[in-house]
Amino acid sequence: MEALERRACVTGVGQSQVGRRLMRDPLELTLDACLAAIEDAGLTRDDIDGLSTYPGGVDLSPGFSGAGVIQVQDALRLELDWFTGGVEMSGQLGSVINACMAVATGLARHVLCFRSIWESTAQGKSGRGGFGLGSVDESRRRVGEEMQWTIPFRSYSPANWIGMFAQRHFHEFGTTREQMAQIPLNARKNAQVNPKAIYRDPLTLHEYLAARLISTPFCLYDCDVPVDGATAVIVSHVDAAKDCRKPPLHVEAVGSALRGRPSWYLFDDLTTMAMRDAGKMLWERTDLKPADVDVAELYDGFSFLTMAWLEALGFCGKGESGSFIEGGRRIARDGELPLNTDGGQLSAGRLHGYGFLHEACVQLWGEGGERQVAGDPTVAVAAAGGGTQGGCLLLTRG
Amino acid sequence: MLDKPFRVLPELTETNRHFWQGGQEGELRFPRCQRCRTWIHPPTPVCPECLGKDLAVEAVSGRATVLTFTLNHQQWVPSPDHPYAIAIVELEEQEGLRLTTNVVHCAAEDVRIGMPVQVVFEQYEDVWLPLFEPAGAV
Repeated sequence: MEALERRACVTGVGQSQVGRRLMRDPLELTLDACLAAIEDAGLTRDDIDGLSTYPGGVDLSPGFSGAGVIQVQDALRLELDWFTGGVEMSGQLGSVINACMAVATGLARHVLCFRSIWESTAQGKSGRGGFGLGSVDESRRRVGEEMQWTIPFRSYSPANWIGMFAQRHFHEFGTTREQMAQIPLNARKNAQVNPKAIYRDPLTLHEYLAARLISTPFCLYDCDVPVDGATAVIVSHVDAAKDCRKPPLHVEAVGSALRGRPSWYLFDDLTTMAMRDAGKMLWERTDLKPADVDVAELYDGFSFLTMAWLEALGFCGKGESGSFIEGGRRIARDGELPLNTDGGQLSAGRLHGYGFLHEACVQLWGEGGERQVAGDPTVAVAAAGGGTQGGCLLLTRG
Repeated sequence: MLDKPFRVLPELTETNRHFWQGGQEGELRFPRCQRCRTWIHPPTPVCPECLGKDLAVEAVSGRATVLTFTLNHQQWVPSPDHPYAIAIVELEEQEGLRLTTNVVHCAAEDVRIGMPVQVVFEQYEDVWLPLFEPAGAV
């Protein structure tokens, strides 16, 4: 079987201003990121013949989408041969995997992929709310579809839903909060040398353990930080990449599987989620091994998700993520598997999946500045989502 | 006795009424395949096991086990009863027949994985919510 994704590569990345309550037009942030990515690739907008995004122009919750395909196509007057945008795909990076397929099959040569979010401004002073609540004053409001099976039980948030998976992992494998803390502590250390990160003050284990609980076993620092910001990447056909400015980052393999039940409470194994199958699939499509990976950028909407991705991608055994990250040395920037080197969503901000791919590319191009991983990394993995749907990409340079 | 906490209620339809109103007769009900006897949740028009379409609503025992839980501390909707326990329970009739629910009638801190529980219904308007209490509770 030929892994067709190898005909695709990443040729440029771009990111807007990222911050809390920027009060800026989300379309402007989106276009800032898109134009930066086009320029980074050494292309012009006339070269862009494909457009791909997640979740499309649908605000599922306040600020969840800064722009969709239609707005960006029109704003930049793009002449497209192929486009797609939506929420039912292999997580946020499913939109990049789709773009790989589009260039591999000849539907497009250079696909502009983007994810734009403005939750911080949209949520306003009230902060992050629960799902399904709307205004609580509307006491006659009712929920339907999938949400009817969770919301009436006062289970309003992914913090509740994912917290239950973490709790089961703790129960089966003896995982501890002290171990899980290494995900946010490591992220914060990396954020300290990322000038664009939201939270850059030092964070200690003592402060982590003293923080207020959100939903056990998660405390405040296990939850990512809503921001405003947009990220874009250019996916090009390998032949078209020769026109680009920078060395292409080859897509060695992707993981896009959905095999278990896509549910927050019906997945067969309550110690992992959809990432289990996406991670497994990725290694079925390449001769490279987890030990070949120089940098890992793994989704951390909640700290436990990163642990589940570490297991899903085979960086440690099933149930062993707690001991793998214990003490934090292995996952530090100078450890054996540098992890979430820009601070992730926990400290750098919830760019919702695309931040991980952006950072993987930055590291492979050696553009990380003070946070650049030593040793000239050439293999990186980026993973996003992973709860009910997830996707991952393995990238190589040279 | 504390007032019942605020809850967003489910929208009743022809496909979910058996579930949300079964508690009126003290029954927890699910569609069941009449060919291969698989219990089905959430409701779907085709049996996910044998793909048969001969489904009928039946009642389960209401006995279940806590597979996992979380104690919610965040005041999504302010109320004095935080933290409260949200759990995933599995009905004894079938592996994988699960509900998200609340464990009630015990201290939230006493909820444990593996704990046997039984259904207890709490009525809100025209909805009977299946909550679970420790098995053997009076």
